[in-house]
Amino acid sequence: MKGLFVVARREIRSYFDSPVGYVVLTLFLLLSGWFFSNSLFLQGVASVRTLFDMTVVLFMFFVPAITMGTFAEERRAGTIELLLTLPVRDWQVIAGKLLAAFGLLMTAIVLTLVYVATVANLGDIDGGATFGGYLGMALLGLACASIGIFASSLTRNQIVAFIIAFVIIFVLFMLDKVTIFVPGSLAGVLQFLSLDFHYQNLLRGVVDTRDLIYFASVVLLSSLLTAYHLSKRPE
Amino acid sequence: MINVDRLTKTFGLERAVDDISFEVERGEVLGFLGPNGAGKSTTMRVLTCYLPPSAGSVSINGLDVTTDSLAIRRLIGYLPESTPLYPDMTVRDYLRFVAAIREMSPGDERTRIAYVVDVCGLTGVLSKRIETLSKGYRQRVGLAQAMLHDPEILILDEPTSGLDPNQIVEIRDLVKSLGEEKTVILSTHILPEVEASCDRVLIINRGKIVADGSPESLQARFQGDQRLLFGVEGDGAGVEDVLRSFAGLSVLDHSVDGESSMFTLGLTGTNDVRPDLYRLAVENGWVLTELHREEARLEDVFRQLTSEKAYSRAKA
Repeated sequence: MKGLFVVARREIRSYFDSPVGYVVLTLFLLLSGWFFSNSLFLQGVASVRTLFDMTVVLFMFFVPAITMGTFAEERRAGTIELLLTLPVRDWQVIAGKLLAAFGLLMTAIVLTLVYVATVANLGDIDGGATFGGYLGMALLGLACASIGIFASSLTRNQIVAFIIAFVIIFVLFMLDKVTIFVPGSLAGVLQFLSLDFHYQNLLRGVVDTRDLIYFASVVLLSSLLTAYHLSKRPE
Repeated sequence: MINVDRLTKTFGLERAVDDISFEVERGEVLGFLGPNGAGKSTTMRVLTCYLPPSAGSVSINGLDVTTDSLAIRRLIGYLPESTPLYPDMTVRDYLRFVAAIREMSPGDERTRIAYVVDVCGLTGVLSKRIETLSKGYRQRVGLAQAMLHDPEILILDEPTSGLDPNQIVEIRDLVKSLGEEKTVILSTHILPEVEASCDRVLIINRGKIVADGSPESLQARFQGDQRLLFGVEGDGAGVEDVLRSFAGLSVLDHSVDGESSMFTLGLTGTNDVRPDLYRLAVENGWVLTELHREEARLEDVFRQLTSEKAYSRAKA
């Protein structure tokens, strides 16, 4: 278990030893702040709903950017060989990297609590929906990060890793928006497979086990696929 | 200590390592010698549990690489080829990271880091980021990392590649001193290196072991015919006839260079005839300018065994 945290600590440090961490945090806060103040000042709505709605789109770009280096860069530089010949299990490495990416995302998410505090000062805040929103953002971030890490394990090229992760997340996001084009029986399936569908459920402030199971499955499946691919020791 | 039994590793249709077996005793310094792409690195990657074997078995201290991989990795210190390191970390942070993953106690960590930093000469660069270091320093960081947990077995893949001659000598001396108590396996395609630091050499070509033995025994085995250089003052008139009459000796070449002449002599067998040649010169009143026996070098052994010709001969 210790190996997991050692790997995670190194990853977090490398986010903040390089510009990645700062750029991600700054841009994320800048964009989410813009959406938030837009609705606050231009529409006169004291709500963090826009923040939650925009998060999916922001994550679609930010999460692949955070995770694109996780394995692709280790493979390119060959450091993967040293890492995987140290006494840690592959899954600890994967989980450690996931934890680090999740940690960076959570830092960004926690900083948006400023908006919640602002709204709470101006008027009543919907506690349930806000809690659901933050839980949703965390789970969505975790799911996207696990997808991004899987994409990163597939290639030695960070840009390719970014694009693969972006496409997977985009498709999972769009699935419940194309249901009108497919027969009813398939529509239900597509809807259930959609990231956004489950995220929107959580935004309503209702924590349903099905949604939790969905996010857990995405994380588990991506991580297993990553582990499977790594076990073949790609060059 | 290390037991490799009929190990085969294939990548698709390519057999990188083809049915090799060997054993390494505790305290032995073993050199893997072979041309590029011979299967040295692949063998090392199997030993370090990075790649699983396709067939055959590898056990270290009675532990099997496929089932006890974690325990084996704790025993081994490994320096992969081309020394991959995290460029954005400082040397100190990197060593601490390795110590943490190896679950060393804080006390151990401090003393061992101090030790490897001292032995590998890293004191001046501890706070520098690895990306700013020269190739030689990176190599030393890689070595420090491999030695950090005082492993029983060190596996070093081309530890001296990219170093300057002084650094090569330093690393060789280090390997030699490590070999006094540790088991060391190192790979190289530089011949003087194995002669300088290895007790035993495995020559690998196209995934197969083509020779196994001490550097001296390999040289002896492949010695075959000797060559001698024999120089006398004057134009060497009459000398050739006398030499020809000497038992077993043949004159391969005769050249005159100004005041002296030089003979290249061939001799079958390994007996040393230099004292006889000296006496011959004294008896005939020749003034000797050169008397030299050319040793069969490991380089010749290597060439003989790994050339295309040797490969096709072995196949036929």
